[in-house]
Amino acid sequence: MDILYKIFLDPFVQMGTAPDLFVQTLWEGMVGGVLYALIALGFVLIFKASGVFNFAQGIMVVFAALTLVGLYNAGVPAFLALGLTIAVMFALAFTVERVVLRPLINQPDIILFMATFGLTYFLIGFGEFVFGGDPKVMITEQLHLPKGTVTFKAFGGIISLQKLDIAAAVIASIMVAGLAVFFSKTRIGRALRAVADSHEAALSVGISLEQIWVIVWFAAGLVALVTGIMWGARSDVSFALDVIALKALPVLILGGLTSIPGAIVGGLIIGIGEKLWEFYWGPLIGGGTDAWFAFVIALVFLLFRPQGLFGERIIERV
Amino acid sequence: MRATGGPEVAVGDVLLSVENVSLAFGGVKAVSDVSFDIRKGEIRAIIGPNGAGKTSMLNIINGFYHPQRGRITFKGQTRARMRPHDAAYGGIARTFQNVALFRGMTALDNIMAGRTLKMHSNFFWQLIRYGPATREEVDHRHRVEEIIDFLKIQEIRRVPVGRLPYGLQKRVELGRALAMEPELLLLDEPMAGMNLEEKEDMSRFVLDVNDYYGTTIALIEHDMGVVMDLSDRVVVLDHGIKIADGTPDAVKQNQAVIDAYLGVAH
Amino acid sequence: MLYREAGQFKTSYATDQAVFPILQDRIGILIILVIAFVGVPLIGNDFLTNAVMIPFLIFSLAAIGLNLLTGYTGLLSLGTGAFMGVGAYACYKLTTLFPNVNIIIWVIASGFFSAAVGVMFGLPSLRIKGFYLAIATLAAQFFLEWCFIRIPWLYNYNVSAAIEVPQRELFGIIITGPRASAETRYLIVLTIVTVMTWMASNIVHGRIGRMWMAVRDMDIAAELMGIRLLPTKLLAFAVSSFYCGVAGALLVFLWYGGAESTVFSINESFTVLFMIIIGGLGSLLGSFLGAALIYILPIVLRFVPPKLGLPLHAATVEHMTFMITGALIVFFLIAEPAGLARLWQIGKQKLRVWPFPY
Repeated sequence: MDILYKIFLDPFVQMGTAPDLFVQTLWEGMVGGVLYALIALGFVLIFKASGVFNFAQGIMVVFAALTLVGLYNAGVPAFLALGLTIAVMFALAFTVERVVLRPLINQPDIILFMATFGLTYFLIGFGEFVFGGDPKVMITEQLHLPKGTVTFKAFGGIISLQKLDIAAAVIASIMVAGLAVFFSKTRIGRALRAVADSHEAALSVGISLEQIWVIVWFAAGLVALVTGIMWGARSDVSFALDVIALKALPVLILGGLTSIPGAIVGGLIIGIGEKLWEFYWGPLIGGGTDAWFAFVIALVFLLFRPQGLFGERIIERV
Repeated sequence: MRATGGPEVAVGDVLLSVENVSLAFGGVKAVSDVSFDIRKGEIRAIIGPNGAGKTSMLNIINGFYHPQRGRITFKGQTRARMRPHDAAYGGIARTFQNVALFRGMTALDNIMAGRTLKMHSNFFWQLIRYGPATREEVDHRHRVEEIIDFLKIQEIRRVPVGRLPYGLQKRVELGRALAMEPELLLLDEPMAGMNLEEKEDMSRFVLDVNDYYGTTIALIEHDMGVVMDLSDRVVVLDHGIKIADGTPDAVKQNQAVIDAYLGVAH
Repeated sequence: MLYREAGQFKTSYATDQAVFPILQDRIGILIILVIAFVGVPLIGNDFLTNAVMIPFLIFSLAAIGLNLLTGYTGLLSLGTGAFMGVGAYACYKLTTLFPNVNIIIWVIASGFFSAAVGVMFGLPSLRIKGFYLAIATLAAQFFLEWCFIRIPWLYNYNVSAAIEVPQRELFGIIITGPRASAETRYLIVLTIVTVMTWMASNIVHGRIGRMWMAVRDMDIAAELMGIRLLPTKLLAFAVSSFYCGVAGALLVFLWYGGAESTVFSINESFTVLFMIIIGGLGSLLGSFLGAALIYILPIVLRFVPPKLGLPLHAATVEHMTFMITGALIVFFLIAEPAGLARLWQIGKQKLRVWPFPY
């Protein structure tokens, strides 16, 4: 009886009696979710355009952040460093397309997937080699990102929101809106969707695959940079592989691999869910549950709806 | 009576029948209210234009697709839907339109894979590869070699199937289906993509399987010459609906069939 | 000219179906076994045995385990590290609860625990395939990793959350714990790995191997042929996890001498996966070759450049290992997806006709 109370009633009671805490946790979860969503967005972009599941997206986030900080620490002024980092990400996208993707055009998906693992490892080694393995501090001030917190009274208690988090949420929303418009309204956006459906068909109507891929990888690189900045601003910039790329995978499961709104919704669900679970139920079983909660949710989802919330139903043909 | 005038296998009772079967994918109606039967020992052709639902029909018989309506009766047992495992164990084998061979394996291994349902030696003997496991491998190898001789593919036993030319792949696939010792063999466009000589070979194999093993055969085929020569009875589908059912001669003269599919000069 | 099949006729199906039908192959295996069992202990020094041979064998075993699941059955798994961990912790609990039972028995028994956990996390494979299944195995990896820390019972409530290997003996010889000699440990690991490799070879060359490969290549056709998908896949999970579990137990008990949960992290999973990609998916030989390459690489990087006059930082060695590994993965996937094993086969093919070009 006591156990049942602890699991099914107590957490909700806690939420009710301290609503300010609840909202605070909710907010933190939301911000985390927004960042997951941004990473997932990078995946979705590349997957939509090239059908490649770019596991290396996570490391590109870190790489972008590291490059930015590294350049700044080497004496380059902040906004110039930003521009140079964009150029570096572009060069990276170009190289990856040429060296890794092009030769693997006709291979089955699982091979491409594994190739991006290899790419990730390579970039980790390379990044650590160039920038050193110790954690770095993101140059938030220099980029004129807001600091400090906004505190106000609500829900019977105090809620404090980091201005940076608010900025992150706003920037993320703008990016998502921009991308959604880009995909549905512009010529290149349409070409991207064509390529996602069928490489051969797109080629046959004259769409240049390489051009599309470079554009997409660049866009993903840009998203990676923004994500990297936001992420690095909230915690240090380092190579925690499992947190970065892997956490975005459950988001993709929930949201479906091909849906931009799905990535957002999925990110928010995972971010908020994770935080709430850990805060209210975590203490019952020893804490640290955010290491696996997202994956277990993804697993449960997969069992009942393999295509995610927004994905397309998979029909097999013989 | 087949056009070839060859030895006739006594055609017996109904082996399999489908009644009022309907299958839809979302809004697309693949098969609508189709009924026909297949008699033991006969060669039954299923023909029709592309998209008529022929392959879907085979998939339903196999248990890969589940119809929303209708029943399937096989060897006296009626079901609303077939399950792949029951179909296989009941003696239904098939080949596929796009050659579904196991590309990572050799021709021999592919055909040996067809014997899986007949192999029973348990895990322990497999682990140490002794006793019952090796005896079983050798026994089944004998049967598989009979099939290899029958299909004349001795030289390519050890070749990974991915490297074989298309015609030989189709033969290996037939061999794999035969390895299951089926009572009902479903062939999905076995002659697709073959030249005249290969078609004649394959036709001879199909007839021999029917004569020698007594296997009932259901055959999807586009080549009208083959259909007319080989089959005992024909079912014609168009847009998921059955438009004719009878002997090849009767079907050839059916106006609906001519309009939908055959055209005039046949 | 040396490596020729001419003159070796097979007069029965049994001999034709043998795993090593060519005489030269049989002799080769024999020579390797002799070198392994006799040569290395005699000639090798402690360092070679301890830092190279033992871990190489253990990782080869884990690689075989993963290869059975991913290479032969086509089910991508990222949970190898965790399954190895289950084996290690199971062995630890078993031997601390029942210290008088022979440790080797517990090492093998821990494989069964691992197999059970593997089957549990393999159940989703009924409905999920490919990349999605990999995500499910990630759930296994992270959840089990969490368990290794948060369930104190597993490490006997040790304050540092680590397990330490107690001393155990076999026929009076100390085989685990700080006083066990490298040679003894090497021979035990070698024996276990040899026997288990032989068994794996038997399985993949028989009916079960064909069923697994059928599921990998075209599961629809396999199903329509009467192969039941779920039991086949679960068997693959079970056997694979068994091998990984034993490897994990060997890792802790006969090599490290102790462990914490970080030993069985996602990095282990990736390392073993890379071993089988480079070595060759669907090849037992490839598991060994891949393990050798991935494992030996950092050792070579650490010791060779100083001898050539280019001393490298320890950190640089690690970075270069990552870079070279990643680059090798991409290279192999592009140039030779069947890995080193296929290169080896091509080499043997050339040997067959040597000194003629074709």
